[in-house]
Amino acid sequence: MRITTRYAATLGALGLVLAGCSSEAGQQAEGAAENTAEVAEDVEFPAGTTMAELAEAGSITVGTKYDQPGFGLLNPDGVPEGFDVEIAKIIAGELGIAPEEITWTETVSANREPFIQNGQVDIVVATYTINDTRKQVVDFAGPYYVAGQDIMVAAGNPEGIQGPEDLAGKTVCSVEGSTPAQNIRDNFPEATLVTYDVYSKCADDLANGNVQAVTTDNVILTGLVAGNPEGFELVGNPFTEEPYGIGLPLGDTEFRNFLNDVLEEAYEDGTWAAAWDRTAGAITGEEAPEPPAVDRY
Amino acid sequence: MQFLSDNSDLLWSAFLTTLSLAVTSGLCALVLGTVLVGMRVSPVPPLRGLATFYVEVFRNTPLTVVFFFLFFGLVYVDLQFPTRFVTAVAALSLYTAAFVCEALRSGINAVPPGQAEAARALGLDFGQSLRTIVLPQAFRTVVPPLGNVWIALAKNTSIAAGFAVTDLTAALQRLANVNADQLLAVFAAVVLGYLAITLPSAWLIRLIENRVAIVR
Repeated sequence: MRITTRYAATLGALGLVLAGCSSEAGQQAEGAAENTAEVAEDVEFPAGTTMAELAEAGSITVGTKYDQPGFGLLNPDGVPEGFDVEIAKIIAGELGIAPEEITWTETVSANREPFIQNGQVDIVVATYTINDTRKQVVDFAGPYYVAGQDIMVAAGNPEGIQGPEDLAGKTVCSVEGSTPAQNIRDNFPEATLVTYDVYSKCADDLANGNVQAVTTDNVILTGLVAGNPEGFELVGNPFTEEPYGIGLPLGDTEFRNFLNDVLEEAYEDGTWAAAWDRTAGAITGEEAPEPPAVDRY
Repeated sequence: MQFLSDNSDLLWSAFLTTLSLAVTSGLCALVLGTVLVGMRVSPVPPLRGLATFYVEVFRNTPLTVVFFFLFFGLVYVDLQFPTRFVTAVAALSLYTAAFVCEALRSGINAVPPGQAEAARALGLDFGQSLRTIVLPQAFRTVVPPLGNVWIALAKNTSIAAGFAVTDLTAALQRLANVNADQLLAVFAAVVLGYLAITLPSAWLIRLIENRVAIVR
């Protein structure tokens, strides 16, 4: 009985926190929608381009994550919210497509490439790290944000972990198949790596002391710390660079240039920073960082 | 091909993990299931009730929930298995034992009542007649359903991938994300790994079935 009650309480509390975050962000997004996610009118693009097709159709299909607080998280109404979602809205706006005309599709780490290749989505904005293997099969616009791998420990940092070198001899948790897990395997083999399928199980194991640390991109860890600020803390010493890009079909250079132009425009006129402030920034409480330079490779 | 040989170490150790998960859990479940069925048909009401309760609880709980409880629930009562592999074996065995018990019970029901009565007339007690007369005949009848349970177990081991055990499914997750351009090769390798366990099993089960069939 004691087990069930404690679990129910934890789950309930987590639910409240999540609901709190998302509804808050939702209200803010609504209020800000008028002056930020601007919908261009009378858009015109060269015939035959992807932009012309999408503008003509008046809708776009966007793949994003549904489980990433601050970037792409499904709210109770069934609509995703977060920084990735706002980036997609800015792009749709430049194509003359209103936010409500966007078709959202959940993409998880393993299905992003096939979804782009098979045309199930037009673009993917889903904490999608740009790397060379992925560039073989899809194209990337951006980066529009640079995350970094960081470490989360129990509150008070009892093991005194300051960086990845301190993980030697400790047990560290991450998600199977993720880039951060592979990084630990390749570069910090003295650490014992435990891999679950979702980060919430890592958080459970950190809470009950089975692992001493959890490692992945700082933005994901921030969401976990926000869910249990008494139990966890972030080391705050990112040791990799994970440039998040917008995934699109391989070889569509015109579309890629257009996306890069839209990003640069959003950097300049402040819509990028505003999108950050009301999503991921609202969770971390930090101001929008300097936007990264887009890479027109 | 190059890609698969580059990752052959991981795939091979993942295959061995899946195989040892299945075999170890299968043996534990067989022993536990046999004990349970003995309790279920025993003349002692509390034992019968306990075994029935066990079967209904584990047969009707999703395996993922059993895993979750053993991994994250037991610590609240200060219990812990030595390693995550052992925890996974425990979850798979506890769950599968319920199905083994039910398969065996159907076999016991198929043994003509005259067999047990004759054993009793010869002066065997309940335990002796179960061990030497009833169960040996029951096992012969339930080879096909036990085979089903075994193959289901071999595939159920994939749930361990979500709980920090690097089996074939975990290898699939790991390789698929890092090698976006080799998805089909990864899938093919992993499916072959499972087939290498289940197809020979199906063949072996048919062989045993023919060997031990009771001609009535």
